[in-house]
Amino acid sequence: MDKFEKLTGIAAPMPLVNIDTDMIIPKQFLKTIKRSGLGVNLFDEMRYDRDGKENPDFVLNKPQYREAQIIVAGDNFGCGSSREHAPWAIKDFGISCVISTSFADIFFNNCFKNGILPIVLPKEAVDVLMKDAEKGANARMTVDLPAQTVTTSDGEVFHFEVDSFKKHCLLNGLDDIGLTLEKAASIDAFEAKAAAARPWV
Amino acid sequence: MPGPRTLYDKIWQDHLVGTQDDGGTLIYIDRHLVHEVTSPQAFEGLRAAGRKLRSPERTIAVPDHNLPTTEGRETHIEDDQSRVQVDLLDRNAREFGLHYYPVADVRQGIVHVVGPEQGWTLPGTTIVCGDSHTATHGAFGALAQGIGTSEIEHVMATQTLLQSKSRNMRVEVSGPLPRGVTAKDIALTIIGRIGTAGGTGHVIEYCGDTIRALSMEGRMTLCNMSIEAGARAGMIAPDETTFAYLKGRPHAPKGAQWEMALAYWRGLQSDPGARWDREISIDAAEIVPTVTWGTSPEDTAPITGAVPDPERFEGPKREAARRALDYMGLTPGTPMEEVAIDVAFIGSCTNSRIEDLRAAAEVVRGRRLAPGVRGMVVPGSGLVRAQAEQEGLARIFTEAGFEWRLAGCSMCLGMNPDRLEPGERCAATSNRNFEGRQGRGGRTHLMSPAMVAAAAITGRLTDVRKLETVAS
Repeated sequence: MDKFEKLTGIAAPMPLVNIDTDMIIPKQFLKTIKRSGLGVNLFDEMRYDRDGKENPDFVLNKPQYREAQIIVAGDNFGCGSSREHAPWAIKDFGISCVISTSFADIFFNNCFKNGILPIVLPKEAVDVLMKDAEKGANARMTVDLPAQTVTTSDGEVFHFEVDSFKKHCLLNGLDDIGLTLEKAASIDAFEAKAAAARPWV
Repeated sequence: MPGPRTLYDKIWQDHLVGTQDDGGTLIYIDRHLVHEVTSPQAFEGLRAAGRKLRSPERTIAVPDHNLPTTEGRETHIEDDQSRVQVDLLDRNAREFGLHYYPVADVRQGIVHVVGPEQGWTLPGTTIVCGDSHTATHGAFGALAQGIGTSEIEHVMATQTLLQSKSRNMRVEVSGPLPRGVTAKDIALTIIGRIGTAGGTGHVIEYCGDTIRALSMEGRMTLCNMSIEAGARAGMIAPDETTFAYLKGRPHAPKGAQWEMALAYWRGLQSDPGARWDREISIDAAEIVPTVTWGTSPEDTAPITGAVPDPERFEGPKREAARRALDYMGLTPGTPMEEVAIDVAFIGSCTNSRIEDLRAAAEVVRGRRLAPGVRGMVVPGSGLVRAQAEQEGLARIFTEAGFEWRLAGCSMCLGMNPDRLEPGERCAATSNRNFEGRQGRGGRTHLMSPAMVAAAAITGRLTDVRKLETVAS
């Protein structure tokens, strides 16, 4: 997995609330058996018209946001389906950080498995960051995971919380399956205990 | 001595493998359900890392999302990518030695219908699947959660999940359900009230005498939509209704183990005095047949109501409502009952079980589809389909002009040939009305099976309570 440490880049504003995973990556792109190559279809039905032509009004099609690395989004980003294709598409497009007031649980977890940092901040902070993102390409935000801060292009700093284990994995690009396999003895012990207590399972 | 605990606390504690020094908590997973769409990359990851699937005997696979719901699919699937995914599941299931219900097996169906039907879903167990509607299995008093593909791979390799504990939320529904009101209306009413992020970070337990009176099918419908309220999972404490449903199922415990299991299951209740982080209570008498008007499951209205004015909403929801009405092609103030439909869809993991088909058939009996309306009935499994045929429900549907199809996810998510054309409007028993969910440009109104049946008959959204049912 890619590490995430510090990122300075363009943030795209997406103030819409309840951006769901069907919007992020529509179902027809779930037929892939790979994890890569989905970036071109990120937000497909908002980004392209029915003939496949770019919609010039969609934020990621605007010249100043084509290289965005951060999304500042409305409430409840990533709700709906559990499809990990959503963070795969986001990452493949080149975005490594999403900032919102809230995220759907499954999407939030999926981000950490793919080198994407989802940041939850209070509404007042997200409003400030949204305004900063609306300035376009000259406004570059900085996200610093070790310091747990987001800094606007004007130098205003917001502190965010992050689970210490998730932070550790993201900073080091750790494969958590490898970490868990080191605990095989505890899993074996649990299975033996559970088999005695609940043999019907 | 632990204090009073919730049902979720109890299941969590009984599955704790260990809390790690670095903050992660490992919980053990009793059942892993697998389908063809979210698993290929996980199997591939296992192979690439040279890892084994730890517990094939706890892993159950069935294809559902991609399958056409028409005859001949066991030998040929037209869409190349769909065929690749279904074939790959077949290969992976055989190679890794999973319990497997292939396309041609009569037990094949939607994963969340098959699990309970075959007795894999048991009270007090932990269940995961790479599908957000895994919440369905909470109806049995199980902790059932949707996970992403990386977590699928983690479960395959370790039979555990790294997780932090969610908060406890209690939703109590009391009183007898009014006529024409079903579990689906309860679910839509709750989501309409708390919003699609209302349950975020929580596991919901549904309690109260209204819930106790629901059948297992109704409980599955309600728990299924917990994810639409943003919850990690939804659950209902097991009781005699649960035990009666389970007894004799192929993979339910038998003999002495059944008695042992019952003794354990009877303890799976939230203790009096348990601590809840959030509590909601709803009077069943206030629930009416409910439909959605927008593109989020929280956009609900009573069938007796009208399309709302976006100006009525505050903040960013106002813009979202404007966008939703534009997408849905609706004008504020239009009575919901005047909204004409093109398609009626009865199916999905939310509402495709035998009781759902009975409820819809009751309304359809002796009537015909409205002119110009396409009606589809897609049973949740081959066994539900066979039972419905035996009970004469299939004939009621086909005589009314409905298509009687094979089991699968079908038009709930349009990954298979069943999908809406741009601008088509559908009364659906499914769970999501997101933009493009049932097909690009398709317009979805969520409601109960009886309400979809009523809409199919009149050609517009209809208060099912106004239609007299013909006695059988």
